[in-house]
Amino acid sequence: MNLFDILGPVMVGPSSSHTAGAAKIGYVCRKLLGEEPTQLEIYLHGSFAATGEGHGTDKAIVAGVLGMQPDDERIAISFQIAKERNLKVSVHEIQLKQAHPNTAQLKLKGTHQNTVIVQAASLGGGRIQICSLDGLQTNFTGDYPTLIIRNTDKPGMVANVATALSMQGINIATMQLHRDIRGGTAAMVIESDQPIAQQAIEKLKKVDGIVRVVYLDG
Amino acid sequence: MAFDSIEELLQETQQKPLWKVILEDDLHTQGISYEESWNKMQYLWDAMKSASQNYQGELTSVSGLIGGDGAKMQHLADTQQTIGGDFLADIITQALKMGESNACMKRIVAAPTAGSCGVLPAVLIPFCKKFQTSDDEIIKALYVSAGFGQIIALRASISGAEGGCQAEIGSASAMAAAALVSLKGGSPTMAAHACAMALKSLMGLVCDPVAGLVEIPCVKRNVVGAVNAVSCADMALAGITSAIPPDEVIDAMQSVGLSMPIALKETGKGGLAATPTGQRIAKKMKK
Repeated sequence: MNLFDILGPVMVGPSSSHTAGAAKIGYVCRKLLGEEPTQLEIYLHGSFAATGEGHGTDKAIVAGVLGMQPDDERIAISFQIAKERNLKVSVHEIQLKQAHPNTAQLKLKGTHQNTVIVQAASLGGGRIQICSLDGLQTNFTGDYPTLIIRNTDKPGMVANVATALSMQGINIATMQLHRDIRGGTAAMVIESDQPIAQQAIEKLKKVDGIVRVVYLDG
Repeated sequence: MAFDSIEELLQETQQKPLWKVILEDDLHTQGISYEESWNKMQYLWDAMKSASQNYQGELTSVSGLIGGDGAKMQHLADTQQTIGGDFLADIITQALKMGESNACMKRIVAAPTAGSCGVLPAVLIPFCKKFQTSDDEIIKALYVSAGFGQIIALRASISGAEGGCQAEIGSASAMAAAALVSLKGGSPTMAAHACAMALKSLMGLVCDPVAGLVEIPCVKRNVVGAVNAVSCADMALAGITSAIPPDEVIDAMQSVGLSMPIALKETGKGGLAATPTGQRIAKKMKK
């Protein structure tokens, strides 16, 4: 752990896992949706379901989806702000198979009818992990600049993406590949050391076989 | 962190001050500049001070059980001579205020955790008032506290779910004791012994939050963590040492944590949480 894992984060209480981590999950999900959210369904699992209300887990997730950071004191009144901003929220309990005790599943819909379904876990100390995205298994934190690329499962896709990134001088820190079925939809999750320019992202979108590109700036 | 033990950390302090050894080690780990690191620590210290100033005694937590105690303690100290005197009264007040602010969804600094966020500011803020300490000196002390915290996290744990409350309030208290010793000009070895004595004194403390919430008994345990830090720091400055070396104390805390039953590690099932009143509160919260 580095020094600022021991001291910090600056956050709204009462719990780094149940409040700060939950806010961060909401925030990353908003970015994954990529537009103003209008509808949010929250499904809480395990300890999130058992003690989430007392820890403000639901409020923190809503706040994050509204774009607030874990140290925003408006977390306490996020449901009210959601109403003002026409975000419809529902909260449910769920029992997931083999999930971390502090897990939430979020279903979001945006103003342009984009949707995203995310499962994420809060690992402690405010750190999180995005465990699945639209049904595909993933493993990233949102701490680094991250590219999530959806493509058809065919040869040469990884090479195309890697070339496009290296042309921009971007070093790939980690890379994960996932797919549903052979020849179906695949996903690449790429964490990089440098921020990725919008121009490079636009180029990637034009590569044959790439269906969708989402970028988190870390 | 490049150090696996307090012993290794202390060896490095023959050439450089303790705070600097810790800071420079972290620059290397994180790949950030001296200035970035220092500014970040200043930001944390500023956030601790604002959290104390922004305390609202009229707030209550979601459960309705926490709130107003910091204001009560302050009132006592303002209106009469307290048993422990002004300095101690201020420490108790600060610890309560910070713990309550956390429970009431106000902004705090996790140090090392949200549940134990009151301990460090509760000793540092009154220390500043008493000795007119500069921000720079406090920031150096925060580096010292974080360095000891890193070794505790590495060899043992700073999570109540893993090691019980000794790992949260105990670690916070040990970090605060080391910070106080360095602020008073004590040697790195003295800081290490203060850290060890603080950890020893709270060893075995279980994590038994009522209804699983960071409220009862967490808020008041911040007080004992802070007061314990002061007494251990003073002992260390007097030249009193821990008979068991600091690294061995940390390892003992780890093994105590491992042998603690799961009911006493943040599950809300044992200790105070399992009392008739604790269960009644939990039941009421479920409705």
